Amino acid sequence: MSATMFGLTVFVLACFVGYHVIWGVTPALHTPLMAVTNAISAIVVVGAILVAGHGMSAGGAEGSGHLVNILGFVAVFLASINIFGGFVVTRRILSMFKTKK
Amino acid sequence: MLALNLSPDVFALVYLVATVFFILGLKGLSSPRTALKGNRNAMIGMLLAVLATLVHPDVQDYTWILAGLGLGAVVGIAVALRIQMTAMPQLVAALHSFVGLAAVFIAAGTFYGHSASGQEMDTAILIEIAAGSFIGAITFTGSLVAFGKLQELLSSNPLVFKGQHWLNLLLGVAMLGFAAQFAITLDPLPFWIMTGIALLLGFLLVLPIGGADMPVVVSMLNSYSGWAAAATGFTLNNHLLITTGALVGSSGAILSYIMCKAMNRSIVSVILGGFGGEASAQAAAGPAKGIKSASVEDAAFMLENSGKVIIVPGYGMAVAQAQHAMKELVHTLGKKGVEVKFAIHPVAGRMPGHMNVLLAESDIPYDIVFEMEDINSDFSGCDVALVVGANDVVNPAAKTDKSSPLYGMPILDAYKAKQVFVIKRSMKAGYAGVDNALFYHDNCSLVFGDAKAVCENLVKTFEAS
Repeated sequence: MSATMFGLTVFVLACFVGYHVIWGVTPALHTPLMAVTNAISAIVVVGAILVAGHGMSAGGAEGSGHLVNILGFVAVFLASINIFGGFVVTRRILSMFKTKK
Repeated sequence: MLALNLSPDVFALVYLVATVFFILGLKGLSSPRTALKGNRNAMIGMLLAVLATLVHPDVQDYTWILAGLGLGAVVGIAVALRIQMTAMPQLVAALHSFVGLAAVFIAAGTFYGHSASGQEMDTAILIEIAAGSFIGAITFTGSLVAFGKLQELLSSNPLVFKGQHWLNLLLGVAMLGFAAQFAITLDPLPFWIMTGIALLLGFLLVLPIGGADMPVVVSMLNSYSGWAAAATGFTLNNHLLITTGALVGSSGAILSYIMCKAMNRSIVSVILGGFGGEASAQAAAGPAKGIKSASVEDAAFMLENSGKVIIVPGYGMAVAQAQHAMKELVHTLGKKGVEVKFAIHPVAGRMPGHMNVLLAESDIPYDIVFEMEDINSDFSGCDVALVVGANDVVNPAAKTDKSSPLYGMPILDAYKAKQVFVIKRSMKAGYAGVDNALFYHDNCSLVFGDAKAVCENLVKTFEAS
């Protein structure tokens, strides 16, 4: 099985997991759901780190190396805003939900 | 350097654990009691994923990474702590756009990185790079437009022109054509042309969507940002990204579905757009015949002498910043022995669950806030239904008038209450631009005025009596 096929298998199964988990979320928390999915979709930071940390020693063609690092830097920066912004705002929202005392 | 000589299986294992934490995090949101713990789980997942990636052998230079993470943390935390809860939809849209743009840069960076280090790239990975970039680009500009509309930098009126859908189709085909050319020739030029077309397409896809459909658009872009992450996962052959992307993608898709169903609109008609600008011409006329208005004193008298009151908040409450005055109102009524509940329509506000957050922010306990299905049967037994800044979601024409654009949309049955008070600034129609049949019912009176001022005056009247 090719890597792409393996990935596709994981993808489809994960969609089903997502389907079941998300239907279980109470509608009252749909806004924090969006905020927290915002934060976790910033998991692209993993890809961004690999690009930003791309070493010059890895390859031949000099010069294009910095371009790669800069592309990676911007991606890490954007993803990082999402991670911190998303989790902090979710926390802020959730801590406001209180019951009658 | 930090890079340890760990086997790929170690990384795969840590990523798997991170995935489990993300799933537990989302599962925590099934109840407000477990939600904070869920958020913590999701944070642990992210921390594990980032730490593992930092010691990955391919990472050889930390300057750019640490700079990016640090700057992002400062900006992200500053914004998250300051943002007003009424502005949450804009924040979410802006954050979606960042994920989209990050996906574009990662796709480009992966391509240039592979070329620079002379790694083989087969057709599969090139297609994945292309997909990561164009899905990211569409998410980016689409979210920017959504942000602009929500922040009122752009008109929330749908922008429609002739041949729009054909143009989009043509652009879509051209985009895929350049993607194919890139995958065959390995030439960066078609890659950038493709990305450019995708950026344009993102604009064009969201521009025609009107204010009324904003909750759907925000959810849809949420979904796109997930698919962008999944596509990046395919590019990097990383199952953590694929799984997480799929989770987020299905989350957004389900929210879009819920929103569409709550408006009785098909996702296709939302995407095609053109629905719900500001009040349309025929509805903009002044107060019509058959409408009764009530003074604040009348309303206050009825409210304090009733046993059960149901409040229906809408986006108008958020616009008037009336949620804190609302809390005082609830508190005073509670002291007088009146039972108060809130009824929330799924599309009230500009994003899913928006009203719940605003009420929670003003310290209204969530156990008196109910969803439509759970409270609709209570209206017939309640003495007063108080509608604050909501309109279309209580319009009985949705049930009775087949010619109404709202026909078939599930509504809150406020009209079944013994008495209905609607706090309204003017006779302007709702987002859908439709006149409200409720206002002509015998049991309905309108209290004209700003939602916040009316709520404050109600409280004052109670205290004076």
